[in-house]
Amino acid sequence: MSHTMIRTQGLGKQYRIGAARNRPRSFREAIARSAAAPWRRPEPAELVWALRDLSIEVAYGEVLGVIGRNGSGKSTLLKLLSRITNPTTGYADIRGRVGSLLEVGTGFHPELTGRDNVFLNGSILGLDRASIARRFDEIVAFAEVERFIDTPVKRYSSGMYLRLAFAVAAHLEPEILLVDEVLAVGDAAFQRKCIGRMGHAAEEGRTVLFVSHNMTALQGLCSRAIWLKDGELTEEGTPGIVVSHYLQDAAATRPYQFWPDAGAAPGNDRVRLRAARARPADADPEEPITTRTPVLVEFEYWNLREGAHLSLTLHLTNEDGVLVLAAGPVDGRNWQSRPLPRGLFRDTCLIPGDLLNDGLHRVEVLVVDRDTDLVYRHTDVLVFEVRDTPDLRGGWFGKWKGAVRPILDWTTERLEVAVAAPLSTTS
Amino acid sequence: MGLPDASALPGVPALPPGPASAVVRVAPAGAWPGFDLPELWRYRGLLFFLVWREIKVRYAQTVLGAAWAILQPLLTTVVFTVIFGRFARLPSDGVPYPLFSLAALVPWTYFNTAVSGASNSLTANTSLVTKVYFPRLVIPGAAVLAALLDLAVSIVALLVLMLFYHAAPRPAAVVLVPLSVLMMVLTAAGMGFWLAALNIQYRDVKYVVPFLLQLWMFASPVVYPLSLVPDRYRLAYSLNPLAGAIAGFRSALLGAGGPTGVEFGVSLGMACLIFVGGAAYFRRTERVFADVA
Repeated sequence: MSHTMIRTQGLGKQYRIGAARNRPRSFREAIARSAAAPWRRPEPAELVWALRDLSIEVAYGEVLGVIGRNGSGKSTLLKLLSRITNPTTGYADIRGRVGSLLEVGTGFHPELTGRDNVFLNGSILGLDRASIARRFDEIVAFAEVERFIDTPVKRYSSGMYLRLAFAVAAHLEPEILLVDEVLAVGDAAFQRKCIGRMGHAAEEGRTVLFVSHNMTALQGLCSRAIWLKDGELTEEGTPGIVVSHYLQDAAATRPYQFWPDAGAAPGNDRVRLRAARARPADADPEEPITTRTPVLVEFEYWNLREGAHLSLTLHLTNEDGVLVLAAGPVDGRNWQSRPLPRGLFRDTCLIPGDLLNDGLHRVEVLVVDRDTDLVYRHTDVLVFEVRDTPDLRGGWFGKWKGAVRPILDWTTERLEVAVAAPLSTTS
Repeated sequence: MGLPDASALPGVPALPPGPASAVVRVAPAGAWPGFDLPELWRYRGLLFFLVWREIKVRYAQTVLGAAWAILQPLLTTVVFTVIFGRFARLPSDGVPYPLFSLAALVPWTYFNTAVSGASNSLTANTSLVTKVYFPRLVIPGAAVLAALLDLAVSIVALLVLMLFYHAAPRPAAVVLVPLSVLMMVLTAAGMGFWLAALNIQYRDVKYVVPFLLQLWMFASPVVYPLSLVPDRYRLAYSLNPLAGAIAGFRSALLGAGGPTGVEFGVSLGMACLIFVGGAAYFRRTERVFADVA
């Protein structure tokens, strides 16, 4: 038994949804409705549990990984623990100051200088003036913005801004640190620094809750993991085992999704998805996909706005959380770059064979208007497995490395019949 | 049930002592949560920083800077002097009308700035509300306190105008002026808490506030003297805390036509009531802020 820093008992959070779908479209409609309101029965509100009956304990010095799909309750858990939102049921006992990296850049004001913002941000995150002053130089050095520290942050590049914001949050040194996917901040070198900082926090005996889709980082940093599914705790244990169960989850492969009802399909008032499918291009849809198979990825969607310039982007992520590729229409054929009338459309994208490596692949689809305005994004819209092809492995039995597995043109030529003399280093 | 104590367990590193390792319970809030005064005290540094940010940002990238704090009541004084002093010939207790109206416009402008700033403060800081925990009261509180700097600057302008007209304050001003300012701070904070909490849930409030403030100005002795109100209504009139505050402020500095002690007391009582009521309503609705913001 060890010292408990966080204990939750039956913790749950319920949200009311559905109101947005019925929102009046215009001012006139709003007036008409409120006039009719006394004579109508109130619509039953749709309630969903974002997190339900969660009872966990986190010990002193433990790094707990939290995994689960989007919408499984991970972020709600962090919001409850950081006291931003109130639970509907149950309670959580928390020992010590909670710092969270959800809040990178919170309270930064563009008109203030970097120096002023460091002090302001620090005090928002619960530090007093003296503690901020003590860590000031370290924060500025970590963010690599020494030369611009007395410049208003509105003149900063977005990279500098994020680095400074992260540096303050990372130097809070709370007893409990909550981290939610912030490692996507900044360039690769800065990300390495951030991971190092988290590992350092753990070594100092801080308790860390780490929410991530990056399974490699999660397994490397965490001592224990919990898996949330639809707001409920599914499994807890050593990260390696929980991660592999999560990835093997039968429901995790979804090569085909279909939403026949346009009213209930995922999307919003501009676009709704009707179907998504990943299948072998030249075989029966039920056939397995292997590393050799060309794969067709199809999306069917309703465009709900006349004349929208919609285009789709596909993000393909492997089970290590590495973005394998991002693709979208490039050649301007068919409808692309022309305004779309209202109606049902299908986009088809062909991923050639001998490109993907084996393992689970997740597809995220983004719908963009005029190349800049993100209309809708759906994470994990498809999850499909690419099977291994053992006959092409050339005697190697381990996991084939790399994000992709193309068969490249590879030649070996004989340049000389026999080496006349050993190569000399001083030739 | 509490957590096991660290020192009782072998092989566990000791936690740092002090309030930092106190156990906090996160649980569904009751219908009328009280005030956690020790916690508010711990966050006084944040309140100070938010006030300071507000002040620093307010006149950033303006040419005239803090001169705006003087120009706003001064320009209004010119307009009021022409319209209410010259055309409408409103009485001013024998004081020159420009001085009479500025002495009320200085505190009124403070109230106006503080209430409109506070009522928009939560919606302007949704990123704070949805991302980090701290007592939410400090956000509208900071807006109300930050406006005090403008008040101080414009009081200086008022004193200059008093010198120009050879007007001298009453000795009681030493007590009455701070007390009147306190009444306005309490009223502005109470209204600010209440309107900010409503505004984050119903954005209609944004459109109501300017109208409400305009009505309130004419319901307060700004363009007319307190003596214009018939005697039998004076006590009811004093239920408006600004009646006592503004008339008290003006009579302390210019000498004529102040509220009676009872009237002043009624206004002060109402100011306290509005303050506590606004803060209680704010605390009651606080828990949904992050979900509706």
